[in-house]
Amino acid sequence: MLATAFAAVVLVVLHWEGYKWVGQQTGDRVPGTDIELLVDTDDLTMPHAKDILGEFVVDVRDGRSTLPMSLYLLKKAWFTLQEAAIGFFLGLVVGLALAVLMLRWRVVERGLLPWINVSQTVPLIALAPIIVTWGRLNDLPDLLSISLIAAYLTFFPVAVSALRGLQSPNAADVELMRSYAASWRTTLFKLRLPAARAYLFPAFKIAATLSVVGAIVGEISIGTKTGLGRAILEFAQRYAVFPERLYASVIGAAALGLSVFGLITLAERMFVGRTREAST
Amino acid sequence: MNGDAVVVTEVEKVFGRGSAEEVTALSGVDLTIAPGEFVTLIGPSGCGKSTFLRLIGDLLEPTAGSVEVFGKSAHQARMDQDYGMVFQHAGLFDWRKVVANIELPLELRGWSKADRAARSREMLDLVKLPDFGGHYPRQLSGGMQQRVAIARALSFEPRLLLMDEPFGALDEMTREHMQGELLRIWSETDTTVVFVTHSISESAFLSNRVVVLSPRPGRIHSIVEVDLGERNEDTREDPRFFEASTEVREALRAVEDGS
Repeated sequence: MLATAFAAVVLVVLHWEGYKWVGQQTGDRVPGTDIELLVDTDDLTMPHAKDILGEFVVDVRDGRSTLPMSLYLLKKAWFTLQEAAIGFFLGLVVGLALAVLMLRWRVVERGLLPWINVSQTVPLIALAPIIVTWGRLNDLPDLLSISLIAAYLTFFPVAVSALRGLQSPNAADVELMRSYAASWRTTLFKLRLPAARAYLFPAFKIAATLSVVGAIVGEISIGTKTGLGRAILEFAQRYAVFPERLYASVIGAAALGLSVFGLITLAERMFVGRTREAST
Repeated sequence: MNGDAVVVTEVEKVFGRGSAEEVTALSGVDLTIAPGEFVTLIGPSGCGKSTFLRLIGDLLEPTAGSVEVFGKSAHQARMDQDYGMVFQHAGLFDWRKVVANIELPLELRGWSKADRAARSREMLDLVKLPDFGGHYPRQLSGGMQQRVAIARALSFEPRLLLMDEPFGALDEMTREHMQGELLRIWSETDTTVVFVTHSISESAFLSNRVVVLSPRPGRIHSIVEVDLGERNEDTREDPRFFEASTEVREALRAVEDGS
C-alpha cells in the first residue's frame, strides 16, 4: 500500500521532469514536428520537482514570525480541517435526515429530489458571499460560515446515496418485517439502515474530500485571514516570483483531502468490524 | 369460527382497480383450514396462489370478502404476530450471523438475550445445523440458508406458517430432503401450514389437502384430499403417493383444458 503510493509519486515526478526535459530540447514543440506543446516547460510554468519539494523546508513569513513552509502549510491546514470537519458532519446529518424524510413520504421525494439536484448546479463561488454575509449579520464566526459552505457540497452525495441504500432491501425483506408487525421505525433500524451501510461509506468518502474542497473555496471567496485557501490565494498572487510556493501549497491541499479520505476508510473498517462482532 | 385456523369467505382481489391494467387476481374464493392442517396451494402461474397466501398473511388486503385467522381478522392476527413466513429466497439479512437471523423475530418481541440464545440453539438443532450459528448466510449453501429461514420462521412458535415456494430454488435432491425435514418439524410442533408450490409431487407428498387453483381470475378449481399417514422416503415409492400425484395432475390438466 505504502510502496505503491511511493511508486505513484515517483512515476508522476518522472513524467513531469521527462516532459519538461523534452520541451526544453525541442523549444516547446512535439518532437519531430512543428506542433506546439500544450503547456510550456520553462521554470515559471513548470518548476523543477526538486525545487517544489525543496520549497517545503524554505522559511516563509507567517504574520511576524517565520517558519518552514511545511509547518506553515500544516498550521493552515489544521484551520481548514476544522471547517471541513464541521461541514462534513453537518452535511452528513442533513443528508441522512433528508434521505429518511424522502423514504418516509414519497411526496417529499418527488418534491425534494429535483431541488437537491438543482442545488449542486449553483456555483459555490456565487453562493459563498451570500452565506458569509448572512453569517456576519447573525454574528456567526467566519469559520462556521465556511463550514456551511462545505456542508452545502457534502450533504448531496450523502442524501442521494443514503436514499438509494435505504430503498435497497427487496420486497421480500420488507414483507418479512411486515409479517412480524414491525413498525416503520423498527424496519428502518433493523433492516433499512444496516442495508444502507454499503451505500453510505462510499458516499462519506466523496463527502469528506468535498468538504475540504468546499472549505478551501469558501476561504478563497470570502477572504479569511488564515487557512489553506488563504495561503493558496497569497501564493497565487506572487506566482510570478515564487511559482514553486503555489505548487507546494496545492500539494498541501491535496494531502489534506487524501488524509480525510483515509480517515473515513479507516472508520469504515472499524465500523464494519464492530457491527460484525455485535451481531453475534 | 369454532376454532378454525383460517376461514376465507367470498374473497376477491383486484389489482389496479379502475386503471387500464386492471387485473382480477382472485374471485369468489372460499376456504376453511383446520388447526394443525397442512394445506398446499397449486396451480399454473398467474392463478393467484401467491396473492392468496399474502391475503391470508395480511400482506395484501382483499378487495371484497373476509379473511379470518384464529377467529380474528387477518390484520389482528398479523399484529399479534401469529404468522411465520418463508419465501422462495431465504431472505436472510447478510450482515447478521445465522443465530442473529434466527433471533430477529424474538428481538422484535423483546425477548431477553439469554432466552433468545437458548431458543436459537434449539432451532439450530431442529433444522440440523447445530454448528453453523456463527456463520454468515453467504457462507452457507442454498439449502442450508432455507433451513435457517425455516428456523427463523418457527423460532417464536407461530400458530400459522405461510410458505411461498420455499424450496423452489433448490435442486431436486435437496428439495426432497427439505420436504422430509419440514414434515418432521411440522409433526413435532402443532403449527398449521399453508404452502404454495408449483410442484405436483411436492404438493402430494406434503399435504393433507391440495387446493388446485385455476387462473384468470383465480378460483378454487378443486380440492384433492391426501392421506399418506406417516411419511418417510419410502412413501415416495408408495402406490398411494402415485395415486395422489395422479389425482393432482389430472386436476391441473382439467384446469389447463378450462373445464
